[in-house]
Amino acid sequence: MKIVVLVKHVPDAAADRGFNESDHTTDRAGVDGILSELDEYAVEEALKLSDSGEADVIAVTMGPDGALDAIKRSLQMGAASGVHVVDDALHGSDAVATSKVLAAAISKLGDVNLVLTGMASTDGGMSVVPAMLAERLGFAHIGFVGELGFADGKVSARRDADVTETVEASLPAVVSVTDQINEPRYPSFKGIMAAKKKPVETWSLADLGVDAGSVGLSAAWSVVEAVTARPERTQGEIVTDEGDGGVKVAEYLAGQKFI
Amino acid sequence: MAEILVLVDHVDGAVRKTTTELLTIARRIGEPAAVFLGSGYEAARDTLARFGAVKVYVAESPEFDDYLVAPHAEVLAQIASTAQPSAVLVTSNPDGKEIAGRLAVKLESGVITDAVDVDSDLTTTQSVFAGGYTVNARVTQGTAIITVKPNAVTPEPAETTPVEEKVAVTISDAAKRAKVVARTARAATGRPELTEAAIVVSGGRGTGGEFGPVEALADALGGAVGASRAAVDSGWYPHSHQVGQTGKTVSPQLYIAAGISGAIQHRAGMQTSKTIVVVNKDAEAPIFSMADFGVVGDLHTVLRQATEEIEKRKG
Ligand SMILES: Cc1cc2nc3c(=O)[nH]c(=O)nc-3n(C[C@H](O)[C@H](O)[C@H](O)COP(=O)(O)OP(=O)(O)OC[C@H]3O[C@@H](n4cnc5c(N)ncnc54)[C@H](O)[C@@H]3O)c2cc1C
Repeated sequence: MKIVVLVKHVPDAAADRGFNESDHTTDRAGVDGILSELDEYAVEEALKLSDSGEADVIAVTMGPDGALDAIKRSLQMGAASGVHVVDDALHGSDAVATSKVLAAAISKLGDVNLVLTGMASTDGGMSVVPAMLAERLGFAHIGFVGELGFADGKVSARRDADVTETVEASLPAVVSVTDQINEPRYPSFKGIMAAKKKPVETWSLADLGVDAGSVGLSAAWSVVEAVTARPERTQGEIVTDEGDGGVKVAEYLAGQKFI
Repeated sequence: MAEILVLVDHVDGAVRKTTTELLTIARRIGEPAAVFLGSGYEAARDTLARFGAVKVYVAESPEFDDYLVAPHAEVLAQIASTAQPSAVLVTSNPDGKEIAGRLAVKLESGVITDAVDVDSDLTTTQSVFAGGYTVNARVTQGTAIITVKPNAVTPEPAETTPVEEKVAVTISDAAKRAKVVARTARAATGRPELTEAAIVVSGGRGTGGEFGPVEALADALGGAVGASRAAVDSGWYPHSHQVGQTGKTVSPQLYIAAGISGAIQHRAGMQTSKTIVVVNKDAEAPIFSMADFGVVGDLHTVLRQATEEIEKRKG
């Protein structure tokens, strides 16, 4: 089975994230980048499948030079190879363009049975790319999966969306997974050493046959008009419980007309 | 005036509150036209009329429930191609986002997710990076496809007599690839739906597994119960109640965090709450920095006393 895991390199959420002033795109230079935590669950799920049988796990990312780190981390965890789609023309691409490029990369890889992704990126967080990919590739799509199994060439999944659903689909499929599905492994020392020898291909838009004019900021189908730092919430009154803490909460709530 | 399509979010015709919010927003922009997909339209009719749907596209078929979102996206796209709306509004929840994503590809249109407001000129407001920034954006290509978070506006009734247009449903085989074999309805708690509630009381690791005081306070206030991931991972409360990056995003009038430290992933789900009250025994807990009112103390005693006092005041 050929499994593609889509990984994204994002600014660390624990740091002070921000935007580039000139074009309102995410600031990826001023903040340390990491593999989006939510993608680690997708990598882990792919590795579980390859641990238990025949599966070739390929980590694919689209992003500037630094995004290679997301591939490296996936390889250290155990993915067999990587593909880095990088092209200056991609800067500022929206979700629609991103899905177009990733779909082209998956098609170029050929004969992919399963595409695994995180439930959202930890920066943009739209959760729409997996559905867009399925739409473009004509694959089945199961999103927000908390449990995944295979039987008789079919995927069977527990989908934790608004309600819990049991879903079946035939391959090929795009499956996005939640943080409920597994406990991602840490790269071992052996994994880190082995990763250095694993093959990583670098593809440009030309390699994918995607028109550079159809992606990037100027071709985006939505535009950010303004970005404003939200004023820090100002701390209100903090009291220490001296036996009347509950009464004080009630008084405050009554004062705010919640009672 | 161009139509604004509103995808009706419902369970067997019981219209969810978010749809009445979307209809209220649609009225600012153009002519609200509801799109009803699924079964049970009879039950939905009155609500859609009461909240100002000038038109309702009715595509009734039990098949919508048999598969994941693809059939919804397919029929919605079909309706949109003839109606030529200037926008399609969808509720920001897992199904809604997946429908919006597919629709954007089908209609070759831009998509914006998680709007907390939409202006009459279709400029959206979003809260990003765990609430650290406010972004204003606009779709520039095709039909504006926008998913809107619950509680974006207060629903305002505006009685109409909608024109109903029946839509014949044919679902392609391509849209039937993911089959739903079982669906577990949300357990009835008698409490409001978490994402829609005006008041949310959440408990974290500090509850030590005892959610009784959290539930009692929620009930005294008529609120919903939330939980941190630490509480969910410990098996103390169902995942469907998790608030945060990988749980639900809530934006209530009042959020009470009890025994929750305030990790960035938790804040991502509640930062836009109007008023935040914190009960935590550690005065250094980061969550206090966002509190409008806070008590440093043991949540078990503080919540119990608060509940008693509220019951007393309610009389
Ligand atoms: C990818 C990823 C996704 C995540 N998604 C989410 C998410 O969606 N939602 C989420 O909540 N977290 C999420 N987390 C986890 C998050 O980082 C924190 O670990 C979690 O929020 C901590 O929960 P907590 O505040 O209940 O526990 P803790 O951080 O352990 O805090 C417990 C608090 O309770 C206080 N306390 C203890 N006893 C008492 C008492 N008797 N009375 C009063 N106070 C008491 C303590 O002082 C402390 O501040 C995510 C993490 C990752 C890596």
